[in-house]
Amino acid sequence: MEDLMFILMDGINFAAWLFLAAVGLTLIYGVMKILNVAHGSFYAMGAYVAASTLGFWFDNNMPPFLSYVALLVAAFVAGFIVGPIIERVLLKPQYDRDEHLILLITYGLFLILEDVLKLIWGVDPYFVSQPYELVGSFELGDMIYPSYYLLMAGLALAVGLGLMLLLNRTHFGRMLVSVIHDREISSAMGINVGRMFAITFGLGVSLAALAGAFTAPTVSVTPGMGVEVIVLSFAVVVTGGLGSLPGVALAAVMMGIVRAICVFYAPELELFVIYSIMALVLTFRPRGLFSIAEARKI
Amino acid sequence: MNSLPIGYRFGLVLLALLAGSPWLPPWLLFMLTIAAANGLVVLGCMLFYRAGLVSFGQALYFCAGAYTTGLVTNLLGVIDVLLLLGLSGLAGGLLAYLVGFLLARYRGIFFGLLSMAFSMILYGVLTKSESLGSTDGFNVPAFTLLGFEPDQPQVRFTLLAVAVAVIWLVSLVTDRFLRSPYGPLLVAIHDNEIRTEYMGASAKNTVHLVYVAAGILAGMGGCIGATAVGHIDPTMAYWTTSGEFVFITIMAGVGSVVAPFLGALVFGIIYTIAFSESPNTWQMVLGASLIAVILLLPNGLWSLLAKRKGAQA
Repeated sequence: MEDLMFILMDGINFAAWLFLAAVGLTLIYGVMKILNVAHGSFYAMGAYVAASTLGFWFDNNMPPFLSYVALLVAAFVAGFIVGPIIERVLLKPQYDRDEHLILLITYGLFLILEDVLKLIWGVDPYFVSQPYELVGSFELGDMIYPSYYLLMAGLALAVGLGLMLLLNRTHFGRMLVSVIHDREISSAMGINVGRMFAITFGLGVSLAALAGAFTAPTVSVTPGMGVEVIVLSFAVVVTGGLGSLPGVALAAVMMGIVRAICVFYAPELELFVIYSIMALVLTFRPRGLFSIAEARKI
Repeated sequence: MNSLPIGYRFGLVLLALLAGSPWLPPWLLFMLTIAAANGLVVLGCMLFYRAGLVSFGQALYFCAGAYTTGLVTNLLGVIDVLLLLGLSGLAGGLLAYLVGFLLARYRGIFFGLLSMAFSMILYGVLTKSESLGSTDGFNVPAFTLLGFEPDQPQVRFTLLAVAVAVIWLVSLVTDRFLRSPYGPLLVAIHDNEIRTEYMGASAKNTVHLVYVAAGILAGMGGCIGATAVGHIDPTMAYWTTSGEFVFITIMAGVGSVVAPFLGALVFGIIYTIAFSESPNTWQMVLGASLIAVILLLPNGLWSLLAKRKGAQA
């Protein structure tokens, strides 16, 4: 029973992190049909922005519990500054080209951003654990569990629900859904598709930055921290079905729980169990769990 | 010159390179050998890129080839480089044959990402294998060539000579392959797979065949890479390694069997210069060159050489 609790908590924790890290990627793919390799760099950018924000926040004795709001705001400000600029300058002129070429452009962007982050923040690690320590921990039977992970799970839930509401209940969301289904008709109906793309990319980048920002207090922020996030979020997004929001959630929960079981019973499998799940799911559902049917090109 | 088949022209260039190479400094010989190893992998990538497929997991076969070389030398004591090349190519090809049954059905982004998953699985397995040195990997001993044991100054030259011979051979074979019905078939699969199938050709079998060929090439590339560096570790299977191969494939273009080697050479030169001139920003230089090539030369570096219309082979 204790074991089960531990596995469940650990699994939820990892699932929440996977979901946060991957959801921006699926949003961008869903709307723009671009698989963004630089996603992990935006995650790392969020972590560094968080490190600077938190450093400033606690050096100046700002109210400690508002630091979470500061993280949130910092991630979205950074995302909506960097995202639309990159979309306009680098991606927009290339939309009519092969999907692989656009993917490679984002790969080039990933290489560039890795060094840009080093140039701005240096190569020394940052430690900003204040928000992590602030909420302390709670006891669950014999087990002591950091409350911060509950906060992460709550954040993941809030982001998921928020996106659902945004897509289904708002005017902007409805326009976005129509762009997802048919770009040309949408633009004929008067939707500014170019602007939707810029906003979507900004939102996707912000979500990656948000994941990085809220992970920063639990790790040391170092160069190269985004490199693994790229493949992990690719795995989650493809397993869930590219562009599907419920798909990402389900894939993240599945992978989180299975990984937690592995960590507990067979730690040597931990590193590749996620990719094994991905290969297995794609074997039986070639386009992922929640895939949208596509018309065949005759 | 242009009337000669591409294979012979390439052979002359390689021969000239080989004739000059004893006077080249060791670091340059090393760079050329690594470029040859990468070029072999990229030649395979180019084959299925012609069918519109990009693999983000070709490092799987590169790493499998390298580990085959490492294991055979250390466990069986076989250190003849030609034998190692054969065995590594065989290992890569066999693995690709098995994985290909699944992968040959996938297209577009799914092909790329599923192959990435397989290479990440190998990375995970190797990282957790204590007996294979886990993340540290292990060393590969010095090689021999048909009983000849090169001394220290000759090692790099000998390996480059072997690599150049292999390159020439496989580009001749690949060029011949692309002139067979399979060559146009690959392009047809890219253009319209369903129509291609109506014509009676099997897209799945063609992709599978090309995938195995690419596996063999990547395995041999891994053998040359492992022998040149003298050390292997699991990062050879990591996705960034695959990313470099895709990088070179797109940068080089698919115009000819020589393009991958040109691309690998240019990649090696940019990498070497960027790394020694600005150790903190070499990735930025690589990324910027990649984006520049995609924006300015839509058909890759090869389009600079293939000026004549229709000269693409």
